[in-house]
Amino acid sequence: MEISGTATLITGASRGLGEALALELGRQGARLVLVSRSLAALEPVRRRICAAGGEAYALEADIGSKDEIYPLAGAAAALVGPVDLLIHNASDLGPTPLRLLLDTECEDLERVLAVNLLGPFRFSRVIAGSMALRGRGTIVHVSSDASVNAYSHWGAYSVSKAALDHLSRLWAAELGERGVRSFSVDPGEMDTQMHAAAMPHADPKTLARPADVAARIAALIRSPATPNGGRMEVTANGSQP
Amino acid sequence: MNPASVPRARHNQERLLVIDPKTDGFADHGIAELPDFLNQGDALVLNDAATLPASLRAGPELELRLMSQFDDGTWLALSLGRGDYRLPTEERGAPPVLVAGTELAFGHGLTARVRQVDPVSPRLLQIEFQQRDGKLWQALYRAGSPIQYAYMQAPLALWDVQNAYAARPWAVELPSAGRPLCFETLFRIAARGVLLARLTHAAGLSSTGDATLDARLPIAERYELSEQSALLLRGTLARGGRIVAVGTSVTRALEAASVSGTLRGGAQRTDLLLGPASVLRTCGGLLTGLHEPGTSHFALLEAYAPRSLLERAFRHAQRQGYLQHEFGDSCLILKGSLEPLEAERFEGTALEWRQTG
Repeated sequence: MEISGTATLITGASRGLGEALALELGRQGARLVLVSRSLAALEPVRRRICAAGGEAYALEADIGSKDEIYPLAGAAAALVGPVDLLIHNASDLGPTPLRLLLDTECEDLERVLAVNLLGPFRFSRVIAGSMALRGRGTIVHVSSDASVNAYSHWGAYSVSKAALDHLSRLWAAELGERGVRSFSVDPGEMDTQMHAAAMPHADPKTLARPADVAARIAALIRSPATPNGGRMEVTANGSQP
Repeated sequence: MNPASVPRARHNQERLLVIDPKTDGFADHGIAELPDFLNQGDALVLNDAATLPASLRAGPELELRLMSQFDDGTWLALSLGRGDYRLPTEERGAPPVLVAGTELAFGHGLTARVRQVDPVSPRLLQIEFQQRDGKLWQALYRAGSPIQYAYMQAPLALWDVQNAYAARPWAVELPSAGRPLCFETLFRIAARGVLLARLTHAAGLSSTGDATLDARLPIAERYELSEQSALLLRGTLARGGRIVAVGTSVTRALEAASVSGTLRGGAQRTDLLLGPASVLRTCGGLLTGLHEPGTSHFALLEAYAPRSLLERAFRHAQRQGYLQHEFGDSCLILKGSLEPLEAERFEGTALEWRQTG
């Protein structure tokens, strides 16, 4: 998909990979709606993009809240038109330090699923109908290697990302023929606040820079070779299914 | 006819009254059967406008209903007095007299200034919101609620008033003809070789509660038909396919876009009124709700079918317990829809058999 001029929405855009994606796609000419729970945290990102000649708007919303999805989709389409590129990047780890399943409160799992799975489903459901009618659209799901590996302590997050990967495949299966692409991407371990919360003792020097990962994800979005329904791993040498 | 007084989910529960001006007949069906009435080479045109939460309150004495956005970003709005949607619009109290320059606060950080008051109808205002861009839309969505009328039992949620394929929030009331269409039905229609096309039309208020003001409806409403859609639809016509409009607003937009004699793409405004004397250049069929004789919507139906047939069909629907208004049942007016097409129907059925094994 051509990125320049494309109406794009990124959740969790105030920091980490979301911020890096916003800056990268803004640089490539996307018309951006940035979403996070804090408008104050989004504002510096939005300003940087606009100062560099890009187009970006900031909206405050909690993706885990059912009532906030339609207002968010409506406001976004009012600002940039029908959304053609939807990036589900916002994520909730659950309480940290991460807990064993036996120590995980059911409510914590519910909250993680609300943000990481139900939110993306609800949001895609509102936006992908128009994509299917227009025969154009890409949905990107930011996943994790915890979606395919059963790491101790990563339970709630891991379950949510496994389901998110499959949700992504199902969108592709149902809407692929209507011109809508969906894929998930495992960005690998990055030097972000979320990573530090999950693994406080990791050496930042061994972690990828979000900006580099964002550039690779942008390449996956642009490339017609990215398999519909695929799960792509971003590595230091490129991306692979 | 009774109104549907609660929102309905899109699960193909709606009835479909099929009216055929060619055979001068009508028949009862269900909305899930809509694909059976469309043929390869036809086109179905949807209004993909999302619905704004266009009702804004500035205290107990004043409600504003957004009507239409001007090109400069200001809005035409209707003021209503004491009371809320539970009170029939015509029984609402007189709104406070507003003058140019008045500042209005709607909560959630949304404020507006009155730019002009209509000299003939002081309830019509031109207002300018004081916020811009993200702050404006965020505040508008927080402060506003869907416009609704006294026949509804409970307050509507924003999701109640959206069509499944809606995108840009241009409409101030639900473009309701498309509301019963789920994607199962839409994809079945597409699989028959029917073009699914779209335009965006800023559907306006259906009622103001004031007879003189209602007589001025519809005010000029903006619509946009992409060049690509116009090209595809011209192809449909050239190959003898029928263009079926989903909604009276789509009919008005398509016919307005065809006034030159050829369907043209672009962004325009139209206050085109259609009625029994109108000759439709583009639209060959209409999917809509049930409209009562005497209303402007009914007059538009008369562009598709003679009044006597429509009145007979409406009386039948009334007896059969069809429901009207935005969550009500559907009506398809299409020439030849009830002619025997057994061969084709059989083919469709056979295809489904093969697909389901």
